[in-house]
Amino acid sequence: MSAVTDAVPAVASKNPFSQLVHDSLVVAKRNLIRMSRIPEMVIFGLIQPIMFVILFTYVFGGSMKIGNTTSPEVYKNFLMAGIFAQTVTFATAGAGAGIADDMHKGLIDRFRSLPMARGAVLTGRTVADLVQTALTLLVLAIVALLVGWRPGSVEPTNFGRILGGFGLLLLLGYAFTWIGALIGLSVRTPEAATSGGLIWLFPVTFISCAFVDSGQMTPWLRHVAEWNPFSATVQACRHLFGDPGVSHSDAWPMRHSVLASVIYSVLIIAIFRTLSVRKYRSADG
Amino acid sequence: MPGAIHAEGLVKTFGDVKALDGVDLDVPEGTVLGLLGPNGAGKTTTVRCLTTLLRPDRGSAVVAGIDVLKHPEAVRRSIGLSGQFAAVDEYLTGRENLQMVGQLYQMKSKAAKARADELLEQFHLTDAADRPAKTYSGGMRRRLDLAAALVVSPPVMFMDEPTTGLDPRNRQQLWEVIKQLVSGGTTLLLTTQYLEEADHLAHSIAVVDQGRVIARGTSDQLKARTGGERVEVVVHEREHMATASEVLSVFGKGQGEVTVQEHMRKLTVPVTGGAKLLAEIIRELDTRGIEIDDIGLRRPTLDDVFLSLTGHVAEDKDAENGGESGKQDGKQDAKQGGRRGAKQTGKETVK
Repeated sequence: MSAVTDAVPAVASKNPFSQLVHDSLVVAKRNLIRMSRIPEMVIFGLIQPIMFVILFTYVFGGSMKIGNTTSPEVYKNFLMAGIFAQTVTFATAGAGAGIADDMHKGLIDRFRSLPMARGAVLTGRTVADLVQTALTLLVLAIVALLVGWRPGSVEPTNFGRILGGFGLLLLLGYAFTWIGALIGLSVRTPEAATSGGLIWLFPVTFISCAFVDSGQMTPWLRHVAEWNPFSATVQACRHLFGDPGVSHSDAWPMRHSVLASVIYSVLIIAIFRTLSVRKYRSADG
Repeated sequence: MPGAIHAEGLVKTFGDVKALDGVDLDVPEGTVLGLLGPNGAGKTTTVRCLTTLLRPDRGSAVVAGIDVLKHPEAVRRSIGLSGQFAAVDEYLTGRENLQMVGQLYQMKSKAAKARADELLEQFHLTDAADRPAKTYSGGMRRRLDLAAALVVSPPVMFMDEPTTGLDPRNRQQLWEVIKQLVSGGTTLLLTTQYLEEADHLAHSIAVVDQGRVIARGTSDQLKARTGGERVEVVVHEREHMATASEVLSVFGKGQGEVTVQEHMRKLTVPVTGGAKLLAEIIRELDTRGIEIDDIGLRRPTLDDVFLSLTGHVAEDKDAENGGESGKQDGKQDAKQGGRRGAKQTGKETVK
């Protein structure tokens, strides 16, 4: 009997990495097809940030002090990096809800019973969300330009730097979808994943330099804001876009915002990917 | 030589609920085992352990000659799983679903495409192949789910309550499909709450209750354990039940007690004597002026088997019968709710 039990069928097994890439792409394709068949979700995902751009620009613009001015034009240019960054983090909720839904429907069971790479279901999902995030950002950038965002209003910038800023935003969004993946695997229903994926984002995105000048905050709150991983990306984008309101704080992530943004995002991916994949392996339905 | 599916002493505990309490199974190659039991008995947990979805706390299992605990990834190449909840992506078309599964079984995309076409044909889904699965009827979804489990023609199949929630016609159709499959030599472990289903499809049956196999054998062997034939009477008036019971107890003397199912106005008594006795009973009831809606002589069904083994009927979801029900049932209900909702509205709804 032991002779039988140790036999493993000879199947041409690919190397694990190329299998992960292959399987992740198959799953990503599936999720993208899904998204294309539920266009209303993509549209709602767009309406919210556009609404934020308009509300913040016209309601808060003029009463927010950035540096030494309350000029609406300055606030507008200050605001965009913050809205972009907040938008990419909201993809967390989508990823979480999608994964919770798959669990709920038994699709995760199907995937787990297949001889596929273990990390592929989650990687495929997060990659598909990244594509959606990129599309959202593109539309949002156009809207921002329409309402008067002008990169380079304070410091000179160029196309490469702007692209670099969007690269950091996508990396941050990708990192946050892994947090969403873990939430999705941990809750019982897609609804819980949506709200659980959103609630904590509000303090994270508001206690930051995204919408107000963190220099004006109470000292302890200012420290939180300046060390907030989210702020690093916002600061880096302002810096790269040549937008106003770059913080002159001595906090390390503010002084080295680009590097800090990359480190934070990579760290989030490393931690939450590991936790999520472990959770996925042992998910009992 | 162990069978294509062989499990020894499987134990699985969720919190303080013992879902599996030492399950032993052996399914010889090319045969069908029906795992029969009420909700929460441990059927699904058993399947999840054998299909590598869940790691048992104790015990061992070999599927298709491979140790499930040592080489789960190798087991996955040799099995097909069709779940209780038609696990297909409802926004993907039937064809896309099957192609995706094929590719995840590491087939080349061309081969996956060809196989998908074949399966769509075989499961009469060709006409609906390019429609999203959410537009499918319940029966079509089950067929698609089953097709997905068969993409690589695995030697060992697991089906967890394949026909739960289907109407009789769709159930019949699915039974035909399953029979064809098995005639091709596939080993199958099938869980069901429907005694008729196990009777119909399985070569042998294991009855599970509270995480244990409490009886096993062929359908006939199990029936033989329950005893011989019985007469079943449905009286027209509720007030006649007491008198009818008296009559029956006389005819059933020495064979056993009269069972009364109050709400159905149904009385059952074990008898010997066949049709002749039946005629006598009818005459006697008639003499006493008891009007009857239905009367018949019948062989014990697996329902009776279950009742005599466990003391409760199979459909019972009573609380005493813990198993994994505490933890799992809530989830299962939620899942079923989700599916029902999805079927009705074509949208994502969850209760």
